[in-house]
Amino acid sequence: MALDRSDVEKIAHLARLAVTPADCDRYAHDLSNILSLVARMDAVDTTGVEPMAHPLHMTQRLRPDLPTESDQRDRFQAIAPQTDAGLYLVPKVIE
Amino acid sequence: MHDKTIAELVAGLRARTYSSVELTRHFLERIARHNPDLNAFITVAAEPALTAAGQADAALAAGTGGPLTGIPIAHKDIFCTAGLRTSCGSRMLDNFIAPYDATVVERLAAAGAVVLGKTNMDEFAMGSSNETSWYGPVKNPWDQTRVPGGSSGGSAAAVAARLCVAATGTDTGGSIRQPAALCGITGIKPTYGRCSRWGMIAFASSLDQAGPMARSAADAALLLQTMAGFDPRDSTSLDTPVPDYVAGLDGDLTGLRIGLPKEYFGAGLDERVAAGIQAAIREYERQGATVVEISLPNSPLSVPVYYVVAPAECSSNLARFDGVRYGHRCEQPKDLEDLYKRSRAEGFGAEVQRRIMIGTYVLSAGYYDAYYLKAQKIRHLIAEDFRRAFEQADVIMGPTSPTTAFPIGAKMDDPVAMYLNDIYTIAANLAGLPGMSIPVAPVDGMPVGLQIVGNYFDEGRLLNVAHRLQRETDWHLGVPAGFD
Repeated sequence: MALDRSDVEKIAHLARLAVTPADCDRYAHDLSNILSLVARMDAVDTTGVEPMAHPLHMTQRLRPDLPTESDQRDRFQAIAPQTDAGLYLVPKVIE
Repeated sequence: MHDKTIAELVAGLRARTYSSVELTRHFLERIARHNPDLNAFITVAAEPALTAAGQADAALAAGTGGPLTGIPIAHKDIFCTAGLRTSCGSRMLDNFIAPYDATVVERLAAAGAVVLGKTNMDEFAMGSSNETSWYGPVKNPWDQTRVPGGSSGGSAAAVAARLCVAATGTDTGGSIRQPAALCGITGIKPTYGRCSRWGMIAFASSLDQAGPMARSAADAALLLQTMAGFDPRDSTSLDTPVPDYVAGLDGDLTGLRIGLPKEYFGAGLDERVAAGIQAAIREYERQGATVVEISLPNSPLSVPVYYVVAPAECSSNLARFDGVRYGHRCEQPKDLEDLYKRSRAEGFGAEVQRRIMIGTYVLSAGYYDAYYLKAQKIRHLIAEDFRRAFEQADVIMGPTSPTTAFPIGAKMDDPVAMYLNDIYTIAANLAGLPGMSIPVAPVDGMPVGLQIVGNYFDEGRLLNVAHRLQRETDWHLGVPAGFD
């Protein structure tokens, strides 16, 4: 499966990555190579094979529905790029 | 002091032959002397290490020390350490100081270990050469024009160069075993779920596993004893008792069945590497083990499967890096989308962006069945291959890596060539099995690793098998020139 630059632009948008036009060509080349490696899977007949979700076929543990975390907002926000009055700041979203 | 085993150091500390402060200072001096060349550490924590060493000495004096009290180690920079930067080898987290310790960090601290610093790594553990780090490549101490392997390349180089006694690593597709092989040290990736992933920055959550990197199986056993065990904070942590690894090290190998997968000795394997593996297997036969040829017919598919599963999970896990809550934020974002896109494009390097894009693509509408679902089905076939193999064999052996360490820069322009370095290691991650790499006879002065894969929960047997080789041979005792 070969990807072209418009595919890369679309994927980069979905992944929220800013790519320059020069990057697009390089990524189209690299990603196409990786997908041709991946295409070796096509030779395998997987009819009736169960997909493997967990190596030990474990399912999620449940725990009592009780709070286990304390309020550490100040510590967590101390490493944020921009906060104000306990809120994370981002550029204006609603005009 | 830097050439002693952990058991010797523990005894020396208890007997007050030297203090932990002296030991820690000795390693800090070695780091100061050699790290400018090797670039094995991203962050050196000299003051906190000396403070911890002082506390260790006080605990030893009071007779309250733990199994690793006063032993200087290093953590791969993927483990969160409260108050000490955790960069994950990325510009994205260059300014990130975690508010808490990873469980593995917490456990080793509780056992008394002293943390010298955080080791270099491929960015977000994505790489096999330690060249994708934002902080620059690590040099292999055996030949500084060559890579140390990756992604735990800083830990491997630091242990090989005796800049720390031992170090932590993580292994998603070979990231403990391959650098251990290329740097001539001992590393073990436990069963998936054996060591807690809590506080270990996630790359591919169904594959990631922490483990120790050390100079011998006996040292690795001591670390794993502390690192392993159930953690309610990790939803995939195994609630299974941890055996006494040290007590099991000397077990007799008579009757041990060694499976040799024919797929691991075919085209692409350097024949001099193969000769080293065969010499180690002959030593095991001398000790009473028997060899059986086995087949892992789907193992050639492990690299293609991995490059669907790992990028898919990486694209989900790395979605959290948005420039809002922590990590890198771009200057002057014009709107929220611009903030996300530029923060991520500036914060992540090319390999991380490639993998995010592959993952995004294979999970996008219309492609899920052809890629992710197909990969998960073949993953099941790969795990079944191992299940059948373990009916005939107790352990599986082969090379860890097809070649010795390659020159820095040799594979950076060709991602697929780089991915094929992990051709022998990835299958164990896909199946969730424990795997180990230990040094065998070097080729032209460069280390070679023997890989030993065990059945689920069989870390104890791997350590026993590795230790028995190390008791009878001196391949693990080699020291790179200039670091003795």
